[in-house]
Amino acid sequence: MTQPQHENMLEVKDIKVYFYDDEGRELKAVDGVSFSVRRGETIALVGESGCGKSVTSMALLQLVDSRGKIVGGKVIFEGQDLLLLPEAKMRTVRGKDIAVIFQEPASALNPVYTIGEQIIEAIILHQKLSFRQAREVAREMLRLVGIPEPEKRLNEYPHELSGGMKQRAMIAMALSCRPKLLIADEPTTSLDVTIQAQILELIRELQKKLGMSVILITHDLGIVADMSQRVVVMYAGKVVEEADRTEIFKNPLHPYTIGLLRSIPRLDREQTKLETIPGVVPDPSSFPVGCRFRGRCLYESPTCCEVPPPTLVGNNHLVNCHHWQEVRQGKETARF
Amino acid sequence: MSNSVILKVEHLKKYFPIKAGVFRKIVGWVKAVDDVSFEVLEGETLGIVGESGCGKSTLGMTILRLYEPTAGRVVFAGKEISRLSSSALRPIRKDMQMIFQDPFGSLNPRMRIGSIIEEGMSVHGLYSSTERKEKVRELLEKVGLSADYVNRYPHEFSGGQRQRIGIARAMALSPRLIIADEAVSSLDVSIRSQILNLMKELKREYSFTYLFISHDLAVVRQICDRVLVMYLGRIVEIADKKVIFSRPLHPYTVALISAVPVPDPDYVVDRVILHGDVPSPIHPPSGCYFAPRCPVAERCRKDEPPLVEVENGHWVACHLPGSLSLKRENGDKKC
Repeated sequence: MTQPQHENMLEVKDIKVYFYDDEGRELKAVDGVSFSVRRGETIALVGESGCGKSVTSMALLQLVDSRGKIVGGKVIFEGQDLLLLPEAKMRTVRGKDIAVIFQEPASALNPVYTIGEQIIEAIILHQKLSFRQAREVAREMLRLVGIPEPEKRLNEYPHELSGGMKQRAMIAMALSCRPKLLIADEPTTSLDVTIQAQILELIRELQKKLGMSVILITHDLGIVADMSQRVVVMYAGKVVEEADRTEIFKNPLHPYTIGLLRSIPRLDREQTKLETIPGVVPDPSSFPVGCRFRGRCLYESPTCCEVPPPTLVGNNHLVNCHHWQEVRQGKETARF
Repeated sequence: MSNSVILKVEHLKKYFPIKAGVFRKIVGWVKAVDDVSFEVLEGETLGIVGESGCGKSTLGMTILRLYEPTAGRVVFAGKEISRLSSSALRPIRKDMQMIFQDPFGSLNPRMRIGSIIEEGMSVHGLYSSTERKEKVRELLEKVGLSADYVNRYPHEFSGGQRQRIGIARAMALSPRLIIADEAVSSLDVSIRSQILNLMKELKREYSFTYLFISHDLAVVRQICDRVLVMYLGRIVEIADKKVIFSRPLHPYTVALISAVPVPDPDYVVDRVILHGDVPSPIHPPSGCYFAPRCPVAERCRKDEPPLVEVENGHWVACHLPGSLSLKRENGDKKC
């Protein structure tokens, strides 16, 4: 938040996406989320299901379900506000400047077109290339993402590829127009760990090669520790904490971040009893007023009925909690 | 933990036919479980891990005879159950229960929670009707739900709560063996740890034996005593949890453990990136099934490695056990 303007490729300011249910109630799925992405960096949006991480990232591209609406905020991408762009202009941004890879490659690829047709379509749409040239680029991309026999694969349909190969094909498609920003929405959640390791390695390599920024959306804090430079932790439609990777893992100050980190089963140690966060994530129709983590938090007090102000507590470390000082002191004196 | 064997699986095979053409002629077989043998001790938790398609779920279902085995024996509590008639099997069924992965699909949406939990007891003619009602309330409280929920329907509960109901249902018949198939995989982090703690507590209290089927090695490390690793329908390694996470000997186990991302920026592991995909179980490779992806394979494509005990209780199916080792910079932490 303090870095100079020109470094930021993307600045999301106070974005709000509300949904409306059948009874006309307003569900504040994303309620005032801000963060920024620097050139070449990987930022992770982390949180449990329903925290609004995917909705936030899709809203950047004005892609919101018909029952939802972007009711406020700014998305400044290279100096212009994407939310003010008309649909026709927006289309030239989607896929070209900002590309997306989705969680389920099986449902994101069109089953009745070959892999080649789908990649070539994306290339021709955004670049002035002939079919033959586009096909050449598509083949090159498949080779780049490590698909064996790219020439043959171009003519195959999605069902002929395994899950890992489909995800590679989707990455090839996303990167075929050399985007400046890649949004990876749970890119490996449906894959096995050995395939996940391949795909994460691939994203990291390509990012280095192409110099793009990545917004990585995930619920897996292991992947966050592995891949990202900055971390934004979300809970119930709001950012609760944002900091550099090491800071989030070594010095978390929001009780939710602490609880989340403590409740993960760890591969590198044996835990006799796992710590838990009491209660469940609240339903969007009944988010508590004020701090939304209220009711599950050990530090709760009457002040928590007020919305906690974003507080800069250290170098690039932002926390939204009334009690961050107590949390910090508590950690120094005793175990949370 | 006592040392008596509660479950013995011998050369178990489950092949599914592939049918094609107008006459549905059998054109091949999917070897989902291919000659698997192991023992489970009374009171222990055995983790069965592997990636999707390795046959771990089929193995669980075949042990329970929800699938008919193609070949091999399953001996439960001293009795061979793999060939019993369904009527002879019924009384044994109450000693073996299952917790399913999908808390939404596994509870009948038209039944009240109370009836779901009670059903097993009435099918087996256990207790009187009033005793059963009392038992249901007791079970609900045991799994951390309010006893007043008996008349509610599954849709009124969250995923974590439904999984608690599934656990109560499995416990209702006081089984000796519980097979949990990816029981916590669909739950969020903060809920998952609640359910894992519950399963651990119940095990301490009732000394169940668990077969814990999971793809998540971090979860397995927290709940299991021993771990069995499967690849393409076969067992590649069995060992005590402590051994498998510190000195795995099969290259596949090493790759699997090294691939798991750990939420600690200081954790550095020499990650073994495997190339290619898991081969199809319809046309498995010759020799060792893992050979085509194995970084250290040599003669392995010719001979199939047998599962041998290399040290006490540590079984490996590999021609070159230990030739790939797990390298971690700051080792294992004690916690």
